[in-house]
Amino acid sequence: MPDLSINFAGIKSPNPFWLASAPPTNSGYQIMKAFDAGWGGAVWKTLGVPVVNVSSRYGGVNYRDKRLVGFNNIELISDRPLSHNLREIEEVKKRFPNHAVIASLMVQSRQEWHDIVRQSQDAGADGFELNFGCPHGMCERGMGSAVGQEPKVLQMIVEWVMEVATKPVIVKLTPNISDITEPAMAARRGGADAISLINTIQSIVGVDLDQFAPYPIVDGKGTNGGYCGPAVKPIALNMVKNCAQHPDIKLPISGIGGIENWRDAVEHILLGASSVQVCTAAMHFGFGIIREMTSGLEQYMVEKGFNTIYDMVGKALPNVLHWEDLNMKYKVTANINEDKCIGCQLCYTACEDGAHQAIKLNAGTRVPEIIEENCVGCNLCSLVCPVEQCITMEQTDPGTEHLTWKERTEAGTAPTEFEDEKAGGRHHWVPEPSAALGKERHKTLPGKARLYSGETVAPTEA
Amino acid sequence: MQLNIQPSKLNIPKTVAEFSTPTTEQQFAENFAQLKPVMNRTEALYESSRCLFCFDAPCIKACPSGIDIPQFIRQINSGNDTGAARTIYEANYFGNACGKVCPTEVLCEGACVYNLQEVKPIEIGRLQSFATTKVIKSGEKLFGPGADNGKKVAVIGAGPAGISAACELRALGYGVDVFEAKAQPSGLTVYGVAPYKITNEETLAEMDYLQAQFGYNTHFNSAISSREELEKLEDKYDAIFLGIGLGKTNELGLPGEDKINCTGAVEFIAELRQHQHKVAVGRKVIVLGGGNTAMDAASESSRLGAENVILAYRRAKEEMGAYEFEYDLAKGVGVKGLFNVAPVEITGNGYVSGVKFIRTETKDGRVQEIAGSEFVEPCDMVIKATGQAKQTEFLNLIPGLKLDGKGRIIANAHTGQTSNPKYFASGDAWNGGAEVVNAAAEAKLTARGIHAYLSK
Repeated sequence: MPDLSINFAGIKSPNPFWLASAPPTNSGYQIMKAFDAGWGGAVWKTLGVPVVNVSSRYGGVNYRDKRLVGFNNIELISDRPLSHNLREIEEVKKRFPNHAVIASLMVQSRQEWHDIVRQSQDAGADGFELNFGCPHGMCERGMGSAVGQEPKVLQMIVEWVMEVATKPVIVKLTPNISDITEPAMAARRGGADAISLINTIQSIVGVDLDQFAPYPIVDGKGTNGGYCGPAVKPIALNMVKNCAQHPDIKLPISGIGGIENWRDAVEHILLGASSVQVCTAAMHFGFGIIREMTSGLEQYMVEKGFNTIYDMVGKALPNVLHWEDLNMKYKVTANINEDKCIGCQLCYTACEDGAHQAIKLNAGTRVPEIIEENCVGCNLCSLVCPVEQCITMEQTDPGTEHLTWKERTEAGTAPTEFEDEKAGGRHHWVPEPSAALGKERHKTLPGKARLYSGETVAPTEA
Repeated sequence: MQLNIQPSKLNIPKTVAEFSTPTTEQQFAENFAQLKPVMNRTEALYESSRCLFCFDAPCIKACPSGIDIPQFIRQINSGNDTGAARTIYEANYFGNACGKVCPTEVLCEGACVYNLQEVKPIEIGRLQSFATTKVIKSGEKLFGPGADNGKKVAVIGAGPAGISAACELRALGYGVDVFEAKAQPSGLTVYGVAPYKITNEETLAEMDYLQAQFGYNTHFNSAISSREELEKLEDKYDAIFLGIGLGKTNELGLPGEDKINCTGAVEFIAELRQHQHKVAVGRKVIVLGGGNTAMDAASESSRLGAENVILAYRRAKEEMGAYEFEYDLAKGVGVKGLFNVAPVEITGNGYVSGVKFIRTETKDGRVQEIAGSEFVEPCDMVIKATGQAKQTEFLNLIPGLKLDGKGRIIANAHTGQTSNPKYFASGDAWNGGAEVVNAAAEAKLTARGIHAYLSK
């Protein structure tokens, strides 16, 4: 069996799955229960001066019948007395000496930082995570993302912490910033041992159409929250990659954002994370999801021949390039498998209305046909197709040529003028739009849509 | 240990019926549980989420009334149930009834592209009823009569055709009087459809909902059956719509057909719909016929507690006119098929005691009796589901009205106008007998035909 254990900047954990600092890590009871379930580590709900929360704290984004594809909260850091949390950290470590217990911290003055780091250390925490990410409430008081958005302040606080910390220090970054590598570099300059990202994204998850107020509603009003859940994974992956590829950051990364199964975790790892943190999925489905995550990860590692997590950390990074370095000679064309096609014609309407008019309908069949000369290989049809492996993108160039935008620019073959003949988008449009619409109404609007547009007589179908 | 029982020594026990005879309303409702129960909001959300929103969707094309199905499903999905109901009713005034009684398996749901992927098709019928039931319950008005144009139309028959025509004509500004021989509107929806497809309450609630919106006048227990009555209508109204449907069950012309407990399926089902558990059924019932009504009558007999129900058909199983799912439904409640048998005589002394059959075979597409193969199948009830007679006698009272060779009214397919220009027709009397949805769709078109004629 592959070895799932990690040593993350000196913090040891039986597997790379940690619970992120959030409601699931609010107490020793929850964390021990999670460890029993199989989680490798937990970042304690942020310690500091205990807060007072509002009632009505979470909001969700549902997509059709799927609940919580996005999630936000306006909850603050721990509202429990520090001594209670510290006592429970001690208790957890006693019962689970080999699991990772990381204290998330957020205070203001240098003295407070020194005090809370020392006390957490004494309680037995394996490391610290500095919460410079919270984008609601705490930032209004000069903490959380207010720090994460000011690299100089961030660096200064890290330096304060490093003055007393004897355990590894992770800096948790906010994504509410234009370039994530700036605060990451500040963390490095301050002497941090690792970074974790992303914290939540400032958000309004929805507006109540009757009360005219944003969710979650607190007595008829609302405020922005922090967004997380499956919907934020793409943003997190990109930021993890940016930090992992940066030549000077060179810090272990704990990946956070939209992880709810083993695949999400592997994606974070392939882009450079060497531990992953989970919150929303545990809040949605409970700690039991860890079994699927570890078994999936193990299975994947066996299939790929990876013995340790480190065999796969950052493995996708060499394949993430700048746009200008992509091969412009590579060409794919859509292919419809007629036997699999169920005739929904979503590919047709998607290409027709949303892309390049490279799919046509033929009389007597509901299976659409690709117009190869118009197909730019954008993938859209294959993405909207509801049938697995029905529309495939097949490589049509010989695979022998390689030319990038950078090379074209350097060679002077890139278009530079408005009417440049060297431009790529020539001939991929309907040359006489008005005429085409007039002639082929049945192809552009299905019967009912024609009726809605006021045409009472539907033209005979082709 | 192996059992070694001599068949001849087997003591044949009294057969236990699939269903116990219902004696209360509640037991009746249990035995006739709705095949398509109304969805709750969660189920509607889940089901509507599965719709792919096909381009030029096959389900719309498969719907005789052309309901924009992907549109109303999308409206349900986005929480606009009222808009969904409007989409449905814009195309079909029997929106709720059709959602429940349509043979969706061979119409919209049969056309759903999921079938080609061997995935369960979208439950379009139930989604449709979800949206319509909601507005019917709330009473929210979606439509109303158009501005009065001073003209009047008489509608004969308050079935799906008549009521649909009445709604559309009112929307176009006509004064409408509906004359119905029976005591309730909706025709076969309340008198002929199997009770497990739609309840009386559901059917009548939709009728009330339509009438409240469109305000046509209804005259129940008011059969139009004489030349004099027709003349009065001709004098008083600018046009007359015939939505008279079909008549009684065809006579078979067999000896013994008048015996007690030998009944027509249409009459049996009408009784059942009106009197429910108070309708008695035999212990062993033979249903004659192979159409959808035969399947209904057989299923219903079984659900009323008959111990044995035999479905006897002249041809082979594959040749039955009934939809496969309807036969499956009957088989599912214990009905046994008896194929390639033609009834020769209903036996019995006053009461039915059996049916004498002769075996048949199909040669070159023609049914031929096999000489000497007669046998008597004992039973205590016979239900003839052998088609409905045309109302030729009545139709002959209308001057100049032409019928085709099968007794169907001849009318323009686009306008519904008959050979007597004042008369228009839709539904079973015109199409020879089809679904509620066909009548509803035809009548809407015919109402516009009337409008075009009277606007000249």
